Amino acid sequence: MQPLKGFSKKVLEIDPEQETAKICNRMRELLARAFRRRGYVVAVSGGIDSSVTLALAAKAVGPERVLALLMPETHSAPETLDLSRLVADCFKVAQHIENISAVLEAVGFYDRYAEAVRRVIPGYDRNWKSKIVLPSMLDHEGYRMFSVVAQKPDGTQIKGRLSLHAYLEIVAATNFKQRTRKMLEYYHADRLNFAVAGTPNRLEYDQGFFVKLGDGAADVKPIAHLYKTQVYQLAEYLGVPEEIRTRPPTTDTYALPQGQDEFYFSLPLDKMDLCLYGKNNGVGSEVVAGAIGLTPDQVARVYADIDTKRNGTRYLHLPPMLVAIVPEIRTNP
Amino acid sequence: MEDIKLKVRGFVVDNFLFGNANGLADDTSFLEAGILDSTGVMEVVAFLEQQFGVRVDDDELTPENLDSIESIGAFVYRKLQV
Repeated sequence: MQPLKGFSKKVLEIDPEQETAKICNRMRELLARAFRRRGYVVAVSGGIDSSVTLALAAKAVGPERVLALLMPETHSAPETLDLSRLVADCFKVAQHIENISAVLEAVGFYDRYAEAVRRVIPGYDRNWKSKIVLPSMLDHEGYRMFSVVAQKPDGTQIKGRLSLHAYLEIVAATNFKQRTRKMLEYYHADRLNFAVAGTPNRLEYDQGFFVKLGDGAADVKPIAHLYKTQVYQLAEYLGVPEEIRTRPPTTDTYALPQGQDEFYFSLPLDKMDLCLYGKNNGVGSEVVAGAIGLTPDQVARVYADIDTKRNGTRYLHLPPMLVAIVPEIRTNP
Repeated sequence: MEDIKLKVRGFVVDNFLFGNANGLADDTSFLEAGILDSTGVMEVVAFLEQQFGVRVDDDELTPENLDSIESIGAFVYRKLQV
């Protein structure tokens, strides 16, 4: 790898006007030629990615051709619904609320999840709060195993390392959330003759931080090529409300607040962005380290982890595989 | 230790290679060969704990202990001597 002179977060600066135009053109083109639909459904969570995606959709095809779908559930952060409404109002997009708690209850999510946690923390109850965490890669050199952190109603926290089966069951159960939301996105898309815009950013897309056929499913992913830092740049340009631009990134999946860096990524997202950019562009770990205040060894570990995650999540990106090609059917626009 | 390595090899070949052991040497790095991902490591740990009755502590979750048939064999052997 060759060192890149002057490497800093400036390498991630984009021309937001130009980028917006490029994305909007593509969204219009796909809608007209590939999807042959009349607008976009965007699931809005009050986070930066869905807010920018909503803004882009509204700009691309007009707010009257966009539906903001708000889908809270029991474990959603209290501010999620308010912030989701705020961004829909900001861009003058019609909004529809679907509380998915009843669906999750019907498929047994809350009970299945609690049962899985009880494999590790026997006294766990549904009225406790919990989240899944990984040790920090910076402090931990070996393989990292997931633990569950459970909080009793009195605030006492208990942590337990997840066994394989408990981990798989928790992930499988939690995936109900993303898949339920996607089911509703496509329901509304079908009834409106719209298409579905997904909201992953580049880090999430690249590193497999999505649920197969959950939030990983969409007709178009307008910001999947953008580093998180660049999503924030677009957010400011497009006029996403400040409350959303300053909200700490969260998975908003577990009852206890959980940052994406404590659950999945190795570092805070602004540092992860530079590491991913550095890796993608052949920048030496010592150069990136200097820019983000880590040691070269730590960055080298992050680089290795990026590869590990890419390899480990390849399955999530695969389309249905055919045994033999059906040449009459095109699978790309 | 050879018996331990044989059982580990059987587990890896059956569960991750579906019977195709071509090229899997005792010192093949699982990470470099792409045989194990993070879930795979958890499966190996669960196998070792069930098969050999050993507990793999958090600070023992290292490639030095778990990244090849050879290293797992030596790791389990050491644990059983304690």
